[in-house]
Amino acid sequence: MSAPATAAARPASPESPPCAAGGARGPLRRAADSGWAFLVPFVAVYAAFLVWPLLNGLWMSFTDSTLNGGGGDFVGVANYAEALGDPLVWKTLGNTAFFTLITTVPLVLVALAMAVLVHAGLPGQWLWRLSFFLPFLLPVATVALVWKYLYVGDFGLLNQALGALGSEGLGWLTDENVAMWSIAATTVWWTVGFNFLLYLAALQSIPDHLYEAATLDGAGAWARLRFVTVPQLRNTTGVVLLLQVLASLKVFDQIYLLTMGGPGDSTRSLLLYVYDVGFTGYRFGYSAAVSYIFLAIVVAVAVAQLWFASSRRRA
Amino acid sequence: MSVQTITPLSERRSARADRARERARQRTLILGGGKLPRVAAMSALVVMAAVWLVPMLWALATSFKTEQDAVSLPLSLVPESGFTLEQYRSLFAAGDVQLWMFNSLLVAVLVTVFTLAVSAPAAFAMSRMAFRGRAALIALTVAAIVVPPQLLIVPLFEQMVAMNLVDTYAAVILPQLVMPIIVFILKRFFDAVPRELDDAARIDGASYWRLFATVILPLSRPILAAASIFVFITAWNNYLWPFIATTDPALMTLPVGIPNVLNSYGSFYAAQMASSMVAAAPMVAVFLLFQRHIVRSVATTGLGGQ
Repeated sequence: MSAPATAAARPASPESPPCAAGGARGPLRRAADSGWAFLVPFVAVYAAFLVWPLLNGLWMSFTDSTLNGGGGDFVGVANYAEALGDPLVWKTLGNTAFFTLITTVPLVLVALAMAVLVHAGLPGQWLWRLSFFLPFLLPVATVALVWKYLYVGDFGLLNQALGALGSEGLGWLTDENVAMWSIAATTVWWTVGFNFLLYLAALQSIPDHLYEAATLDGAGAWARLRFVTVPQLRNTTGVVLLLQVLASLKVFDQIYLLTMGGPGDSTRSLLLYVYDVGFTGYRFGYSAAVSYIFLAIVVAVAVAQLWFASSRRRA
Repeated sequence: MSVQTITPLSERRSARADRARERARQRTLILGGGKLPRVAAMSALVVMAAVWLVPMLWALATSFKTEQDAVSLPLSLVPESGFTLEQYRSLFAAGDVQLWMFNSLLVAVLVTVFTLAVSAPAAFAMSRMAFRGRAALIALTVAAIVVPPQLLIVPLFEQMVAMNLVDTYAAVILPQLVMPIIVFILKRFFDAVPRELDDAARIDGASYWRLFATVILPLSRPILAAASIFVFITAWNNYLWPFIATTDPALMTLPVGIPNVLNSYGSFYAAQMASSMVAAAPMVAVFLLFQRHIVRSVATTGLGGQ
């Protein structure tokens, strides 16, 4: 899944079908049987650090094991039953969905706006690219510290600016109704550059003659954007949306460093709750059960999006 | 990249003029000849670039202030008592930052090397060779892309405890080698390398290993570079797993170590901004050096770290 690259980035497809591997013939037939030799390191690493933890985690979710190695008795579906009745699971799930919504929309629209404007060929290309993409390369520690400082109540740049405009300051990270929006704003600032680059690459592959034809038909700048650019970017938008939703659902780092889930539980994401239950509450079994509920949701979302994308392509 | 031959100044000037002409053509194509769309687009760009740059510039300025100046109101970009290197001096004197930078570099380089060493041969086998279970293995690899590694923190940590690896480089590095998306991207690239080249090598009696090492890998240099850059950025900025796998400050990576120590200090903003800038500096330097490669890497692999 995840059809990760833009259509533009796909290397030119050769005449031969991608699956001509069966074509090992003659003296090479024997060598062909040694395919697994190439796969030994891969299989070893994936078995040890993906398959085994997946299975082990699934088993743990049916036990009462703890961080300090205690417990481990089989408890059936008790953890899952508890999770479904746990108000914090629902609350953090709601927070995660809300965060996903309020980040995905601007992360697509702002990235698109940036790419279209930069692609227009105005002077200062280097500066625009640098300013929009650079934050994406910053480690989360830098992002969190810089924004925490901007958001500080008394000496923060944002509240001082609001004060200068004659308005009262906001509790950016301390007000339950504001904190999630602040985290979303930080996230958009941090990661939009990546989507911007994907859109920019896609824009460069739109053939000029489409714009020329539209101009001949009397389309203005706005109409060319609406009827040429945006439709031509449909595939890229699909890819960006898919990656973005999956990334936003997994949010942990910036929330943990900015608010640790507070104030109250207003910014606690599901993954933060998994961490809290497992590593501060020491309840590994229960934490694993919540993880697997989350995994089911992530897989369902990915499959739904792919299904939607492919049905639209067929239509 | 090969060393560029020195071109005469006149030629370079004409190349620059060509680029400017090309940009002007594109401008007309997209914005039209009118003045209004051009002014509107330029203003929008300036506003957005300002919003995107101000946080970093403000943090950078604060990192060169004294703590008193950082919190003296009204705020000003240029501090009353002038800029100072004080924060950086005390940061480096403490010594932790150099250690974490070394750890980050070591981890990111090893993760990049091992991930490619594990992924490239596997991708080659999936692309070129016949073996039992090939289709199933490809399907499983693609399915693995959906599994967020963050969800495995609990079982992985338990596994590290059982393997006695907590607080070792191995614990930080090994789980990060699982990047099925890299296998997928490499396989797709190998699929597109014309088979005629294989056939030529095979007629010469080359084994699969020779074919892989002398034909496929050299042809795949661009995608290998793109994949390396992507893995390196991901590993350098990875937070959650290194944070869980290490409790010993001597083994922490930069993103984990800096907030960990700063939280115990309270609010020394100038010091915090200085550490933030130090944490950001290596990536920014890498970006400025390899800007075009990084941009291409993101565009061709189509993936993000976060």
